[in-house]
Amino acid sequence: MNTTTRIWPRLAAFAAAAIVIQLSLGAAGKVYYLTQLTMAVYYAIVVMGLSLLMGYAGQVSLGHGAFFAIGGYTSAFLTTHNMAGCRGAAWFDLLDKCGVIVSRKSLYDDTLVLTVAPWLAFIVAVLLTVVIAAVIGYPSLRLRGHYLAMATLGFGLIIHCILIGSPVLGAADGITGVPSLSVGGLAVSGKSAVRVQNYYIAWAVAIAVLVLLRNLVESRMGRALRAIHDSEAAASAMGVNTPKLKLEVLMVSAALAAMAGSLLAHYNEGIGPSESSSFKSVRYLALVAAGGMANLEGALVVSTLLVFLSLRGWFGTYDNAVFGIILIAIVALAPQGPFRQLGLRMNRCRPLYKPGKEARSGAS
Amino acid sequence: MALLEAENVRQCFGGLVALNGVSFEVRRGQIMAIIGPNGAGKTTLFNIVCGLINPTDGVVRMDGKVITGLKPFQIAALGVSRTFQNVSLFPHMTVLENVLVGRHLHGRAGLIGCALRLPTQRREEKAMVEQASRFLEEVGLAEKAQHSAGGLSLGQRRLVELARALGTEPRLLLLDEPASGLNTKETDNLAKTLRRIRDRGITLLMVEHDMSLVMDIADEILVLDFGVKIAEGPPAQVRSDPKVIAVYLGEKENVASG
Amino acid sequence: MVQALQYFFSGITVGSVYAIVAIGFNIIYSATGVLNFAQGEFVMLGGMVAITLASFLPVPVAVAVAVAIVTLFGCGLELVFFRRLRSHSILHMIIITIGLSIVIQELALHVWDEKVRSLPYFTGNEASSVKLLGAALSPQVIWVLGTAAIVVALLQLFYKRTLYGRAMRACSSNPEAAMLVGINTGNMRTAAFGLSAGLGALAGCVISPISMTHYEMGPGLAIKGFAAAVLGGLGNPMAAVVGGLMVGLIEAFSVSVIPSAFKDVAAFAILLAMLFLRPHGLFGRPSGVSVREV
Ligand SMILES: Nc1ncnc2c1ncn2[C@@H]1O[C@H](COP(=O)(O)OP(=O)(O)OP(=O)(O)O)[C@@H](O)[C@H]1O
Ligand SMILES: [Mg+2]
Repeated sequence: MNTTTRIWPRLAAFAAAAIVIQLSLGAAGKVYYLTQLTMAVYYAIVVMGLSLLMGYAGQVSLGHGAFFAIGGYTSAFLTTHNMAGCRGAAWFDLLDKCGVIVSRKSLYDDTLVLTVAPWLAFIVAVLLTVVIAAVIGYPSLRLRGHYLAMATLGFGLIIHCILIGSPVLGAADGITGVPSLSVGGLAVSGKSAVRVQNYYIAWAVAIAVLVLLRNLVESRMGRALRAIHDSEAAASAMGVNTPKLKLEVLMVSAALAAMAGSLLAHYNEGIGPSESSSFKSVRYLALVAAGGMANLEGALVVSTLLVFLSLRGWFGTYDNAVFGIILIAIVALAPQGPFRQLGLRMNRCRPLYKPGKEARSGAS
Repeated sequence: MALLEAENVRQCFGGLVALNGVSFEVRRGQIMAIIGPNGAGKTTLFNIVCGLINPTDGVVRMDGKVITGLKPFQIAALGVSRTFQNVSLFPHMTVLENVLVGRHLHGRAGLIGCALRLPTQRREEKAMVEQASRFLEEVGLAEKAQHSAGGLSLGQRRLVELARALGTEPRLLLLDEPASGLNTKETDNLAKTLRRIRDRGITLLMVEHDMSLVMDIADEILVLDFGVKIAEGPPAQVRSDPKVIAVYLGEKENVASG
Repeated sequence: MVQALQYFFSGITVGSVYAIVAIGFNIIYSATGVLNFAQGEFVMLGGMVAITLASFLPVPVAVAVAVAIVTLFGCGLELVFFRRLRSHSILHMIIITIGLSIVIQELALHVWDEKVRSLPYFTGNEASSVKLLGAALSPQVIWVLGTAAIVVALLQLFYKRTLYGRAMRACSSNPEAAMLVGINTGNMRTAAFGLSAGLGALAGCVISPISMTHYEMGPGLAIKGFAAAVLGGLGNPMAAVVGGLMVGLIEAFSVSVIPSAFKDVAAFAILLAMLFLRPHGLFGRPSGVSVREV
C-alpha cells in the first residue's frame, strides 16, 4: 500500500540514531565499541531476512546459520586460496583475462598469492547459497506442515560437520587472513583506521535491505506471503502459487544470510565453523521473535542491540541459553513480540485489530 | 458444452465414503444450488472442484478440460473461485488487502519488482487498489476497507470473502453456505447481489441450507445425501420429488412452502 | 561376510535407537500436531540422569529412576508450555520446542559439563562379547535390541488393547469427536509427552554404554529419528520402527563408502530423498488431502 511516504521519517530516525551513537561513543572515548556494533548490524541483516521467511510467510528455518556460513566460507575460501599453482591452465588464464584474479604479496614471505577478486567471490557466495537453499526448500516446502524446519536443522548439522572436518577450510580454526572487500573506494575491512567508515557501510547496507524488504511485504507478493501465513488453503484457492512463492522467499532469505556472512568474513578478516552451529540458527529465530516476528524494524533494532550485548560478553557463559530463553519466553507469553503496541503505533498502515478466535487458531 | 462437468466423483476418507460416484453438469450463466443434510459431502465436492483435495476416483472438467490433479492455484487461474463454509479470510490483513489477494492473479509484479518498487509495479499497485475497492463497493463494504478483517462481524466477513472471490474475476464461483449466520435483511441483500453477479455472466454453484433462498434464486438444484446424488432439476421439480421429501422429512414443511 | 554382518548389527543397534526416537516423534505428533524438536534431548537427559544416579545406585535402579524422572519432565513441559498455550498456532508450539532443545542442552552443559560419559555395561564389560552368526557382539547390543523389541511390543498392546491407548488413538484421529465422547484430550496430550519422553530416556540409557552420552547429542538424534519417522510415514508409529532400522543400516553401511566423519550426511540425504519422492512414507499412500480446509 501507500507507505512510501511514511517510511522516510523512520529511515531518517535510524540514520540519526546511528550518527548519535557514533558521536557519543567517540565523545566517551569508546570508539572500539563500534566494531561490535558493526558486526551486530551485519547479523541484523540475517535476522531481517529470517523475519521475512518466518514472520511473514510462517516458515521456520533452522539453517540460517549454515546459509550464513556458506556465504562467509565461500568468500573467505575464494579470496584466500592461492591459485598460483594453476597458472597456465586454460580456465585460469581466461579468468585472469576477465580481470577477476587479483594478486598480492604473501604476509609471510615474498611469494605471489593469486586469488579470486573479492567482489566476484561475494557474488559466487550468494549465488551458491541460493542454489543450495533451493535444493533443500523444494522438496520440503511442497508439503504441508513444518518439514522445512527439520530439513534445515539436518542441513545445518551436516554443514557444521563438514566445516569442522575439512582441512581445506581450516577445520576447527576456520579461515583467517581474508582480505578486505573494496568497491569504489569503500572497503569492508576490520582495520581500525576505517572503523567509522565501516560502521556506516554496515548501516547503509542494513537500511537498504530494510527498505527493500518493506517494499516487498507491502506489495502484491508480500500480501500473498502474509496470506499463506494466515491460511495456505485460502491463498492457494485465490490463485497464489504457494509452493513457488515460499521457495522464492526462502531463497531471498538465504541470500541475505549469505550476504551478511560474506561481508562479515571480510570485516572480521576470517570466519570460523561456530557460525554454522545450531545455536546460531536458534539465536536468529530468537531475535526474529524478539523483534516482533513480522516486524522488520523491530528485527533490526532488537537484534543489533542483543547481538551487541552478546558480543560484548554480557551474557557470559549463558550466551546460548539466554537466547533460548528469550525465544521461549516471547513466543509463549507475547507471540506478537514485546513491541506490539509500539509497533502498531509506528506502523499506522496496519490498523488495530482484535484477533477473533479464528485469528488465533488460523495458522493451525 | 457445460462450463463444469463432474463425472463419477468418488471420495473416501479412510473407511468413510464421503462421495460415492457423483456426476453433474453446471451450465453457463446459471445459479446452481447443492443441498443436502449435514455430512452429505457438499463441502467435499467443492474441495475437489477447486483442487484442495484429489478425489479417490472420477474426473472434473472445466470447459471440457480435465482439472482434477491440478493445484488449487492452477484451477483458480482457469477461472474458478470460492468462498469457505467457515469463512477463511486472512485475519491479520485489512479488508482491502484481503480483496487485493483476490486480485493476485491479475498482477504481474514479481519479488524483485516489488522490492525495488519499480514504476510499473507502482502503477499496477494503484490500479489494483482501485479495482479492489470497486469489488468492496459492490458488496457494500467500501467504508470498512482499512479495518482489520479479523475484527468484522460474521456477516461482514462473508461479504469480504465474496468480494475477495469476485476479485479473481472468476467464470465459476463456488459459494459454501453464503447465507449461514446472516439475518433476514442481509440474506435479502445477498440474494440481490448474487442475481446481479449471475447477470454479469458469472456462473454460480452454491451450497446452501436456507431453502427459501435456494428456491428463490436457484435455476437448478442438486440434492446430495450420504455422498449420493438423489435428485437434480429445477426448483419446482426437486421440491415435489418424493425422495427429497423423504430425506428432508423433518424439514418437509420448509421444502414444500419454500 | 563377517564384516558385513558386523555392519548389520551395528546398523540395527543404532537403528533401534532411531526407531524409538521416531516413535517418540510420532506419539507427540499424532496427539498434538507438533514436531517436537526437543525429542533428542529426552534421550540425552535419560542417559545423563542415569549416569549420575548410577554413581550411588545399582544400574537397573538408576535406569528406572532416570526414566521416571524424564517422563515426569516430559509431562511437566506439556503442562507448562503447551496446555496453557493450546490456542497458539502450531508454528508457535514448534518454535517453543526449538527453544527448549537449546535451553535443555545448555542446562545439561552447565550441570554435567562437556565431558563424554557413559553408563557401565549392563552385563559384562567392553571386552566381553557374544558370538552371533559368526559376528562378535557386545552384550549391550542384545540389551538394546531386546529393549527396543519389548518397547514396540508393549506399545502395540497398549494402543490396541487398553482403553487408554485406544483413547489416545481416537484423540489423534479426531480430537473433536474424542472430546465429545468424554475423553480428556488435555490429559492425553500430557500423557503423550510423558510417554514419548520416557521412551526416549530409556533409549538413552541402553545405548549409553555403546555410543556414549554427550550434552550435544540431541539434535543429531532428532534429525535421524525424524528421517526414520518420515521413512515410515509421519503419524504411523509402528512403521517408524522399520524406518529407524533402515536409517541405522544405511548409516552403518555407508561407512564403507564415505569417510565416517561424514556418515551423518547419509541420514540427511535419505530424509531429503524421501521428502522428494515419497513424503507420505514408504508404506503410506497419499491421503489425497493436500491442504485441509481451515
Ligand atoms: N479431510 C477430511 N478427513 C476425513 N473426513 C472428512 C474430511 N472432510 C470431510 N470429511 C467427512 O466427509 C463427510 C462429508 O463432509 P462434508 O464436509 O463434505 O459435508 P457437508 O455436506 O459439507 O456437510 P455440512 O452441511 O455439515 O457442511 C463428513 O462425514 C466428514 O466428516
Ligand atoms: Mg459443508
